[in-house]
Amino acid sequence: MVFPGTWSDRDCAHAVLDVLQEPVRYVDHREQNVDGLDLVILPGGFSYGDYLRCGAIARFAPVMEAVADFANRGGLVLGICNGFQILQEARLLPGALLRNASCEFRCEWVQLRVEQSNSAFTLDCRPGQVLRIPISHGEGNFFADPQTLDALERNGQVVFRYCAPDGRVTADSNPNGSARNIAGISNAHGNVVGLMPHPERACEPLLGGDDGLILFRSAIHALTRVAV
Amino acid sequence: MKYRAEVFVTLKPVVNDPAGLTIRGGLHALGFDSVTDVRAGKYLVLSLEESDATQARARIDAMARQLLANAVIEDYRIELEPVAEPVAAGDVSA
Repeated sequence: MVFPGTWSDRDCAHAVLDVLQEPVRYVDHREQNVDGLDLVILPGGFSYGDYLRCGAIARFAPVMEAVADFANRGGLVLGICNGFQILQEARLLPGALLRNASCEFRCEWVQLRVEQSNSAFTLDCRPGQVLRIPISHGEGNFFADPQTLDALERNGQVVFRYCAPDGRVTADSNPNGSARNIAGISNAHGNVVGLMPHPERACEPLLGGDDGLILFRSAIHALTRVAV
Repeated sequence: MKYRAEVFVTLKPVVNDPAGLTIRGGLHALGFDSVTDVRAGKYLVLSLEESDATQARARIDAMARQLLANAVIEDYRIELEPVAEPVAAGDVSA
């Protein structure tokens, strides 16, 4: 999906098309349907200048109705950074993303612990696996009320947590103040996943690492297992 | 009727506000030690035309719920006032 102000669309296309050799179509925000797609990616950026709230305006883009239908039919949807914010504004994922607790824009490599391998984007991971993937955001401080947080934990919807290199979830490894170190979550069915870190920026050794590829590979694996 | 509405959007009391904390720190650095808390928010001014004040308030409430505020993290407050329309010369109907 390409909204005005989206900036990671080509990086995502590079990961899927150039690295994984899978076809890519750029979908303009004014399009009315997403027919024929197996996987929808909402890439990072500053859609509509982040005016009002990150993702608040993009959520009403014409194409988002089709994305919501696609997600509700079980289609695979991955929201990265601003894409995660858009999915929350669209109520396809719970919670919200606040300004980083430090008030700083954080651009650095972090470690993520995979909390569950049931989501479409972590199918090829083992729980507890540590991935090294960069973040790049000013508003990635995951917030949800305590009841929602408990429900997410109980339902296995917490997909990634910020952690130390050895996998321990510590306050020091939390780059933005996220509740319970949460970096990424899924919907109840596991077909919609949102995360703040950028897996597409960790898709080949030249970029400093390729741990992010496993998310895209998992989705391909999920698609070959289950016809959408 | 023409109306002017002010919408104040603020983070819910339970939501941490790092911007507000940073502003408080700045005030303390300037010597304004009496400030115990700062909450930062958004202030929106809307001009609109509606049949009456009840309808105007209902519409702005709908706008706030759908777009202007995010109920997960924010509260909002609406102040509404009619805008007097200039009376055209020779118009006696007003």
